[in-house]
Amino acid sequence: MIQIRRVFTHLEEIRHEFGPVADVPLLRGAIGAVLTNPFAGRYEPDILPMMDALQDVGLDMAQRLLKAMAVPAERIETYGKGAIVGAAGELEHGALWHVPGGYAMRELLGWKGDRNAYAKGQAEEKTGQPANALSIVPSTKKVGGPGAALDVPLTHINASYVRSHFDAIEVRVPGAPSADEIVFILAMTTGPRIHARVGGLKAADISQWNGLR
Amino acid sequence: MPAKIRKIIVQTDEVRVEMGRDVQPPVRKALAMAVIENPFAGRYVENLDELIAIGEELGGLLGARCVQALGIAPGDAHSYGKAAIVGEAGELEHAAAILHPKLGAPLRVAVEKGAALVPSSKKMGGLGTAIDVPLGHKDAAYVRSHFDAMEARVADAPRANEIVVAVVVTDSGRPLPRVGGLMASEIKGVDGLR
Repeated sequence: MIQIRRVFTHLEEIRHEFGPVADVPLLRGAIGAVLTNPFAGRYEPDILPMMDALQDVGLDMAQRLLKAMAVPAERIETYGKGAIVGAAGELEHGALWHVPGGYAMRELLGWKGDRNAYAKGQAEEKTGQPANALSIVPSTKKVGGPGAALDVPLTHINASYVRSHFDAIEVRVPGAPSADEIVFILAMTTGPRIHARVGGLKAADISQWNGLR
Repeated sequence: MPAKIRKIIVQTDEVRVEMGRDVQPPVRKALAMAVIENPFAGRYVENLDELIAIGEELGGLLGARCVQALGIAPGDAHSYGKAAIVGEAGELEHAAAILHPKLGAPLRVAVEKGAALVPSSKKMGGLGTAIDVPLGHKDAAYVRSHFDAMEARVADAPRANEIVVAVVVTDSGRPLPRVGGLMASEIKGVDGLR
């Protein structure tokens, strides 16, 4: 069911955006894996088996991305994920990425929950700071042709409302996806927007540890 | 004056399967780009030495970033290429100043050797303009399996007063080469051609 045709990594080291030069550049990274879409060209009612099959792909991609960024996991402050489905597929195929993509990164960054419970739609209670990567991983998906660009949303890993960390990274793989392919994407960064200054909840003020605030 | 770099982008592309066939070992390319301020934006300047020096600086920096991204020893690089996109307040000649006089020497150090000409392309462009960086074998320009290209593009650059400078290094040729010609195994690597 899983055939990885291509792996694409993208790193940005941002020193400034016409404001003060950062002491430590902001690092933003994304990885895109181009997979054969096993459901291309037909309506397949039961696609859930692929969600399980993607778990190892997600873990491998998350590890590769972190390695490419060459920073310790503790420095990752935002994340996001996405999928671009080729023309012979349907949007729902991209939705298969929700559990395996998100939880791969969350586990890598220190989340201690039960992903299988989540996959079944069961919520969990959190008190105090139980771990890291408490936030939902923001996502987007589309059906697109080769070279289609996806703006992958990014938010703080522990509290979605941290305003300085609302961001997005444009990801595109030249030449992919062809009609029978899906590009699955993970993205992470080391910090807020380079010149963040529009107020709101600060990362230092996270207090509820519920993944939101 | 060293280059005023706003951002550096590094991409790797690893092809494992092409047309349903396994590519073993996978074909891998790395692209490194620097978005720099164009010191001559908005005016005609006769002497382009400052950009020539920036080219020399970036040849080493971007070449090393590519080799690092591939995780290879410098001598294991196969092919290379370079390109520049000049923002609209600049002039095409600014790309030439960066690319041609001095960028090649430090790039060749980064990939160890490199007898062949570094293929290049250049254009004027705006934010998100794509340029296809041509690729050729680093020691023999006629190696047919290694004629290729890699698309380079920065979503938010070049601004009018910026230049995007790109270098690509690979550790392989095309995924399934079968159009004949000079093979990498046959090259002498002396004259840069064969």
